Amino acid sequence: MNTPKEQLDAIKDMRNLMERSSRFLSLSGLSGVAIGIIALMGATALYLQFDLTPLGSGFENKLASIQATLDDKNFVFLMANALIVLLLAILAGILMSVNRSKKLQLPSWDLTAKRLLINLFIPLVAGGILCLIMIEKGDLVYLIPITLIFYGLSLVNASKYSFDEIRTLGILQIVLGLIAAWQADYALLLWATGFGILHIGYGLLIHTKHQNGNK
Amino acid sequence: MIGELNKAFESRVRLGIMSILLVNDSVDFNTLKELLQVTDGNIASHITALEKLNYIEIRKQFIGKKPNTSYAVTTSGKKAFADHLDALERLIKSTN
Repeated sequence: MNTPKEQLDAIKDMRNLMERSSRFLSLSGLSGVAIGIIALMGATALYLQFDLTPLGSGFENKLASIQATLDDKNFVFLMANALIVLLLAILAGILMSVNRSKKLQLPSWDLTAKRLLINLFIPLVAGGILCLIMIEKGDLVYLIPITLIFYGLSLVNASKYSFDEIRTLGILQIVLGLIAAWQADYALLLWATGFGILHIGYGLLIHTKHQNGNK
Repeated sequence: MIGELNKAFESRVRLGIMSILLVNDSVDFNTLKELLQVTDGNIASHITALEKLNYIEIRKQFIGKKPNTSYAVTTSGKKAFADHLDALERLIKSTN
């Protein structure tokens, strides 16, 4: 293997092996789009239930009143909505990525998938538990900022094990979460922007850029 | 200039093993096999050769009761591989 062509082939091979052995490349960009749509539907349902307009204020008061009275109907709706969105999003992410790995003829469950999930779930589970503790204490106002911030941290942490774009997406989610904590009235709007619109945008970006499983 | 290329890395399988180990803390035999798509015996002989040169080290441990052998690159392996890549780079540049 001494001709330049052979050497270049060997280098291409090595790069490919480095990528494939350290990063999970079957992550489906389209699942990001699906998750974004699910999130937007969840947010829309909350707007309708709480009788809010997207750019209008009143969300913080609404949460505060649910929190004060623990109005059963609204509280159950809020929790059920969050749970359904979370489950559908996880399901979409898994199913579409498994599907994509089949298409790329890569294993859907290997060391890279395991590392991606472990690193994603460490901050995510911590945030989830913190949310449960705050619900238990009846403190609902910071739930939305916390989900955005911890999800963002999860993405930043997991980005080393998949596409680089995920890191930027994570940082944007953290910024939105901090703004949502500061301007609690717009928390739901910011949540819809982060989980909905950013997911769709980055999903499309990853889908077009890595269509053939290239880095 | 070809003389600067490390003979130990002349095979595609060895280049592959080194590439994989450089970006992972340690990798077990089956993962190597899956990634490289070559036979057990083929990988084993290249691993032995690289280990003899002290470019990679073998780590034996137990996962539960099952013995598990994994491989990691050594410091001298990292250096040798980096030198080899530098030489490759120069070679390719000079032919362009």
